[in-house]
Amino acid sequence: MKSFKLILNVWRQKSGNADGKFVRYEVPDVSEHMSFLEMLDVLNEALIGRGEQPVAFDHDCREGICGMCGFMINGDAHGPLPGTTVCQLHMRHFHDGQELWLEPWRARAFPVVRDLMVNRSAFDRVIAAGGFVSVNTGGVPDGNTLPIGKLDADRAMDAAACIGCGACVAMCPNSAAALFTGAKISHLGLLPQGQPERNTRAERMVTQMHAEGFGHCTSTGECEAVCPKHIKLEVIARMNADFLRAKLRSRD
Amino acid sequence: MQLDAKVPSGPIEKKWDQRRFEMKLVNPANKRKHTILVVGSGLAGASAAASLAELGYHVKCFCFQDSPRRAHSIAAQGGINAAKNYQNDGDSVMRLFYDTVKGGDFRSRESNVYRLAQISVEIIDQCVAQGVPFAREYGGLLANRSFGGAQVSRTFYARGQTGQQLLLGAYQALERQIGLGKVEMFPRTEMLDLVIADGQARGIVTRNLITGKLETQAGDAVVLGTGGYGNVFYLSTNAKGSNATAIWRAYKRGAAFANPCYTQIHPTCIPVSGEYQSKLTLMSESLRNDGRIWVPLKKGDSRPPSQIPAEERDYYLERRYPAFGNLVPRDVASRAAKQVCDEGRGVGPGGLGVYLDFKNAIERLGEPVVRDRYGNLFEMYERITGEDPYQVPMRIFPAIHYTMGGLWVDYNLMSNVPGLFVVGEANFSDHGANRLGASALMQGLADGYFVLPYTIGDYLATAKPAKVEAASAPFTDAEREVKARLDKLLGINGKRTVDSFHKEVGRILWEDCGMARTAEGLKRALQKIPELREQFWKDVAVLGGEGEVNQQLEKAGRVADFLELAELICLDALDRAESCGCHLREEFQTPDGEAKRNDADFSYVAAWEWKGPGEQPALNKEPLSFEHVHLAQRSYK
Repeated sequence: MKSFKLILNVWRQKSGNADGKFVRYEVPDVSEHMSFLEMLDVLNEALIGRGEQPVAFDHDCREGICGMCGFMINGDAHGPLPGTTVCQLHMRHFHDGQELWLEPWRARAFPVVRDLMVNRSAFDRVIAAGGFVSVNTGGVPDGNTLPIGKLDADRAMDAAACIGCGACVAMCPNSAAALFTGAKISHLGLLPQGQPERNTRAERMVTQMHAEGFGHCTSTGECEAVCPKHIKLEVIARMNADFLRAKLRSRD
Repeated sequence: MQLDAKVPSGPIEKKWDQRRFEMKLVNPANKRKHTILVVGSGLAGASAAASLAELGYHVKCFCFQDSPRRAHSIAAQGGINAAKNYQNDGDSVMRLFYDTVKGGDFRSRESNVYRLAQISVEIIDQCVAQGVPFAREYGGLLANRSFGGAQVSRTFYARGQTGQQLLLGAYQALERQIGLGKVEMFPRTEMLDLVIADGQARGIVTRNLITGKLETQAGDAVVLGTGGYGNVFYLSTNAKGSNATAIWRAYKRGAAFANPCYTQIHPTCIPVSGEYQSKLTLMSESLRNDGRIWVPLKKGDSRPPSQIPAEERDYYLERRYPAFGNLVPRDVASRAAKQVCDEGRGVGPGGLGVYLDFKNAIERLGEPVVRDRYGNLFEMYERITGEDPYQVPMRIFPAIHYTMGGLWVDYNLMSNVPGLFVVGEANFSDHGANRLGASALMQGLADGYFVLPYTIGDYLATAKPAKVEAASAPFTDAEREVKARLDKLLGINGKRTVDSFHKEVGRILWEDCGMARTAEGLKRALQKIPELREQFWKDVAVLGGEGEVNQQLEKAGRVADFLELAELICLDALDRAESCGCHLREEFQTPDGEAKRNDADFSYVAAWEWKGPGEQPALNKEPLSFEHVHLAQRSYK
């Protein structure tokens, strides 16, 4: 098994109000089979052994689906490998002696909590503004009373695959959340269940998105390129179309 | 302790109707005066919180992650069962009920399982109405697949992300209620104790994981949907944060813990690659539909797989179980893999792996078909191992996946502590000694959407909990105890990291209370675990302070609880002197190595009761009777 040395410059910041700075660490025995987060585990075990505070980072499932992990590696959200969260990034993609710079997501709407952790609750508030179908539990029709063409179902699923990690915002030069918001608007807007609220949903979610301090989309496409779940830019076009239509029809 | 399962009278197919009619209702105008605390935001917790709020209750919901959408239900891949019989292949509520009881090796409560099968059909309708993008046929109707060896196609799925899509459906329903002001959400908040006042569960003590602030929350009922305890083994398919603290604190406040030894091991996970390994990744067991499992015939054969000729390979599942072959249930497949590795015929680093080979499938079906069926799984495998499964066989090994045991609950999902309800994987109720594939999502949503919202109303209308203040003595006492415990952890200033203790207790359990257990091994573990626990409280290193983000402190509290739970698991496994489902005691096997139940002596739920520090917990038994599914030895030959 190959093992090698890495040099890490990690953003250390004790709390949201404190000043932060890069701190340099060496990790001497990195195995190519480790995941990036396992490599940080090894660093943290060593730091604790020396009586130093371990690096705080968010993570949970470590299989690329919960969306909890994520930070910048040399300026790339989730690191250099496309279509991958940082928990699924393995060390075989790095080489001996490489120097890496680890930073938290940088966006006004995602304030730093500690080290590599940020507060992404703005995403929850965007969903709470309209990212749902207003049905209560019970009293719904049989699942097969509503036929849905396979193509629509597949496209809705493509958009629904978003894991809410925030990489799109972190990578966008405007810190826009258009890919995230557009993904939910597209998922529900492509399905018959989502039609009755399609206009109000777009209007409310987009309004909330701006209220949270996310920037405007200028179609640079960085979000699509970095998305670990390959959400396509077309969801932003759908969001804009639905929002415009809502505004045209709005009578309030 | 008196365990009353409160199963309604009457024929099994009428029991749930009967109970719903018997239940008292809360006046709609009074519902908002009742506060319900829901801990956990996975399928069970989120669906319960949303449904209760829709009914008009005031709900407070807590999760340790940064958003309720992160709960580990999200990682479920395969699907969700429902007795819809859309495929016209002979499925029915009775058949799903029968399969689940038999799959659980006759150690579950019949009435609960029957209700689960009945409710399964409503869940699909509910999720479709929410916009869950289930797979569809070209005609627009819902698609199904056969899963986990079932002989009917009753599994609904959304690609390989069914858990994610179902959870997002429940999360969106929850966010809607948060937006309406009906649910107060507390993310990054961990429950550290249960508060009992006048014999009723009335609140919780929480720690804000950002500021470190301790708080008490009062309510008229407490719902725990905090998931399973598989992470006690350190290496498992659970998320890193998954923990047993909420249910363990409830146990130490008097709730009975049922069948802790029923832990499920999933046969198709990616093997361990080194000491740094932090978790194990599951590969959907649908792979066993086309992959063939084998190891070399000879011990220590280190040739690459392509150089081992067919006559020197042992396709051991096909050899031992000609009828089911590679599709035998999870527990059988896992044990067989362990056996061949114990014989020294395992493959890969450390000899802990078996091949799952798609060469024949690629020859038979062509690579495009195999790619279409399993492409995303092959990609995931290659990403983790760096090996291409189209060229070389996958290596797989069993891993801890799910825990059937959990807090004891009655038919109404209430524990023996009045006002404490337990839903989803956190309770013990429906899966007996082994859970079938695609049943966990079904149970979580059945509990949260369709059972708890009724039964909790009956409790509130019947028990009429008196007003309680979060500043009263039971609350302040519990908060003081929590604070003392955190101070103690921070004051040890030892040398060993929290993870090193967690890994060690996991290794003890895996060796002596894993896939195969013996009285001798369990006694050894029961000796080692208290020693390790003692060392933990003397030598653990927890840096930093209480009033800040402190991930080591969070972990230390959870591991301290695992170190106690591990002992109870072994105690239960030792007491259960039979083999059943996932619990295989080597002393109790048929002559050809299959699990041998002892229905005469062990047809009961083992509900353990905390008796205080240093005391042996007391065993209470809820007898199980099987009136509808005939007791039989499982056979997959």
